[in-house]
Amino acid sequence: MRPTITLLLLAAAAAWAQDTCVDCHASLEGNLQAPAKAYADDIHRERGFGCADCHGGDPTAMDPEESMSPAKGFRGAIRRTEIPNLCARCHSDPDLMHRYVPQQRVDQLAQYRTSVHGKRLAAGDENVATCVDCHSVHDIRQVKDPLSPVHPLRIVVTCARCHADEKLMAKYNLWATQPEDYKASVHWKALAERGDLSAPSCASCHGNHGATPPQVSSVAAVCGLCHVLQEQFFDKSPHYEAFTELGLSGCVVCHGNHRIEHPTDKMLEIEGGTCGKCHEADSQAGKIAAEIRGMLVRLAGELERSREILDEARHAGIEVSEAEIQLAQARDNLLKARVTVHSFDVAAVGRDIEEGLQIAAAAYQAGVEALKERDRRRLGLIFSLVAIAVTIIGLWLAIRSREQRAAAPAETARE
Amino acid sequence: MALATITRIRLWFEDRLGLDAVKEFLAHKSVPRHSATMWYYFGGITLFLFGIQVATGILLLLYYRPSPNEAYESVQFIMTQVDFGWLIRSVHSWAANLMILAAFIHMFSVVFLHAYRAPRELTWLTGIVLLGLALGFGFSGYLLPWNTISFFATKVGTDIAADVPLIGPALARFLRGGTDVSGGTLTRFFGFHVAVLPGITTLVLLLHLALVQKWNISIPPKVEEEYRRQGREVPRIPFVPDFILRELMAWYITLAILGVLAALFPWELGEKADPFAPAPAGIRPEWYFLAPFYTLKLIPSRVWFVEGEVLGVVCFGLLAATWACLPFWASRKDGTIRTRLVTGAGVLLASYLAVFSALGYWR
Repeated sequence: MRPTITLLLLAAAAAWAQDTCVDCHASLEGNLQAPAKAYADDIHRERGFGCADCHGGDPTAMDPEESMSPAKGFRGAIRRTEIPNLCARCHSDPDLMHRYVPQQRVDQLAQYRTSVHGKRLAAGDENVATCVDCHSVHDIRQVKDPLSPVHPLRIVVTCARCHADEKLMAKYNLWATQPEDYKASVHWKALAERGDLSAPSCASCHGNHGATPPQVSSVAAVCGLCHVLQEQFFDKSPHYEAFTELGLSGCVVCHGNHRIEHPTDKMLEIEGGTCGKCHEADSQAGKIAAEIRGMLVRLAGELERSREILDEARHAGIEVSEAEIQLAQARDNLLKARVTVHSFDVAAVGRDIEEGLQIAAAAYQAGVEALKERDRRRLGLIFSLVAIAVTIIGLWLAIRSREQRAAAPAETARE
Repeated sequence: MALATITRIRLWFEDRLGLDAVKEFLAHKSVPRHSATMWYYFGGITLFLFGIQVATGILLLLYYRPSPNEAYESVQFIMTQVDFGWLIRSVHSWAANLMILAAFIHMFSVVFLHAYRAPRELTWLTGIVLLGLALGFGFSGYLLPWNTISFFATKVGTDIAADVPLIGPALARFLRGGTDVSGGTLTRFFGFHVAVLPGITTLVLLLHLALVQKWNISIPPKVEEEYRRQGREVPRIPFVPDFILRELMAWYITLAILGVLAALFPWELGEKADPFAPAPAGIRPEWYFLAPFYTLKLIPSRVWFVEGEVLGVVCFGLLAATWACLPFWASRKDGTIRTRLVTGAGVLLASYLAVFSALGYWR
C-alpha cells in the first residue's frame, strides 16, 4: 500500500514539474510572465488543473513550437466572447462539478445569458463583464476567500471598476454613482462596519451571474427577500395600489435604492420628511402620518425615560436586570411598530405601541422603586454609621479612662 | 433570691468547665505595647472578617442553589426578593476581599516586624497556609454566582493549574470535574467553598491561634533593643480588657468601612454565564490573582525549550515555597536574624505585587 501511495505522489509531482507552460512563462517577462506567477494562487491549480485545460496545447512538450501547436489543440488567448462558454465546459457539467464542489450550482452560463452583460456580449459588445472580469483570471479564488474580488466585502469595488466609470457608463445611458451611493447606505455599514456578511451587496439585489436591474414591479419582491414583514404590510397598504397605478417602484419611492439610509421616525414628517413629498399636512394621509409618527415618538420617549432611570438605579448598585429585560421587550414593540408602519394602518400600529407603552411604564415604575430602595439603603447606612461611631467613641473613652487610671498610681509613686 | 440562683448556676458550670481557671488566666494575660502595636490588630481584623464570612455565608446558603440552571437565578433572587439579601451578598463579597487584604497586611507586618523568628516558625507557616486557604476561598467562591466573568475567569484559572508540571492535567481535571469548566465544576467548587475549605481552615486557624497564645505576641527586635538600651522593660497592657477594647475599636472601624462599601457599591451580579458564548474581552481574575496573571501574560510562549506558562507556574511555586520557608533562611546559625535581607525581600515582594496588580488591572 505504502509504495503505491509513494508512486502516485511522485507521479503527481512529476506531472506538475512537466507543465512546461508554467516553466517557460515564469522565465519570461511582463504580460507573458504574469499568468504563470498569478496561477500559483489559483483555485484551479490547487484542484489539479493546468494552463492547457483552458488554453489547449501540450504541457509536456519541451519545444514551444510543439507545446503551443494548433495541432495539439492550442487556442492561445481566449476571445472575450468565448470566455463564458469556455468556463461553462466545466462549470455547467454537474458530474464534473460534483467531484470538486458538490453543492455548487451549474447554471451560471444559463443565468449569464439572461443578464444584461450576457445579452450584450451575445450581441457582440465586448465591453461588458464576462466571468474573468469579476472573478479575475489566472488567480481565481473561491468566493469565500476574503481576497477574492467577488467576496461580499470586495464585490462593490469589483462592480465599481465599470459601474463607477462615468465614460463607460455614459455609453449605456447609466449613472456611475451607484457604488458611491451604496457605500453611504445602511447595508454597506452592516456589511463593512459590523462585519455582517449576510447584509446585501450588489449581487444580493441584482443577482450575480444573471445580473439585471430589478424592474419597477419586482423591487418590493427583491427587498422582501430580507424584509419579509415590511413587504407583507406594504402589499396590503393603500400605497401598493397607488404605486402600481402610477408605475412607481415600491420601497424605492421612500427609501431610495442604492443610498438606503437608516430609516428614522422623521421620515413620517410632512415638513422635511418623506411623506411630505407626496402628501399635504392637512390631507387625510398627512394626518395619518402625523398620528403614527406621534405614537412612535411617544413610545421612543417613554423607553428613553425608563432606560435613564434604570441606568441610574443600576449605577447605584441596585439589581434591575428583570426590569431591563422588560424594557428590551418594549423596545421590540417599538421595532415591531416601525415595521407595521408599512401598512399605514393607525389601529395596527397603535396596538404595538400601546403594548410597548404599558411595558415601558412598568419598567419605569421598577426604576422608581429601585431609586427608593437606594435612598432607603443610604438612610440605613447613615444610621448604622452613627451607631458604629457612637460605639467607637464609647470604646475610645473607656480606653482613655483606663489609661488615665493606670497612669495615676505611677504619677503618685513618682511624687 | 435571683442572685442566689445565678450563683448556683455559675457554680454548676464552674464545677463542670473550670471557668475560673480561664478567668484567672485571662486576668494575668498581657501583651506588649509599643510604637508598632497597631500592626497587631490586622490579625484580629482578618479573624473578624472571617467570622463575617462564615455568618453571611450561612445566610446565603439558605437560598443559594449550586447548579448551572439555578445558581445565577438564585443569587438574583437573593439580591432582589430576599429581605436584606442584597446586603448579605454584598457584605459577603466585600468582606472576602477585605479579609484577603487584611491577611496580606498582617503577613507583611509580621515580615517587617520580624515576628516570624524562632520559636514562631510554625505560627508563620500556619499563617501562610491560612493565606493560601483564603485565596482558595476567593477562587472557589468567585464561580458560584455563575456569571460570565466568573465562568471565564475560572476557565483561565484552571487552565493555569493545568500547567503545573507532572500533575497539571490531572489537577485541572480534578478542579473542573471534567475536561472543561461546566456544571460539574460549579458543584465541586461549591463543595470546596462551603465544606472542604471551612473544615481545613477551622483546624489550621485553631492551631494558629493556639500558637499565638503559646508564644505570645512578638516584640520587634528594634523595639526590644531600644528598651534594653534604656534599661527598661517593654511596657505591657492587660489582654482583658485593654487589648480587647482596642481590638474591638479596630473591628468597628472595619465594620464601618465594610458597611459603606456594601451599601454604596453593592457587588454586581453581571450576566449569566453562557458556556457556548465566546469569552468577552478583558477577562481577568480577582485583584489578588492579578500580579501572577499579568506576569504569565508577559512571559513569552516559549523560553528556550520550556513552555512559557509552565515556566511561570514553576517559578511561582518556587517563590511561594521560598516565602513559606522565610523563618528558616532568615535566621543565621547563631540564632540572629538577617533583618536587612528579609526587609529587602519583603519590600521587593510587596512592590512586585502592587505594581503588577496595578498593571494587570489597567492594561
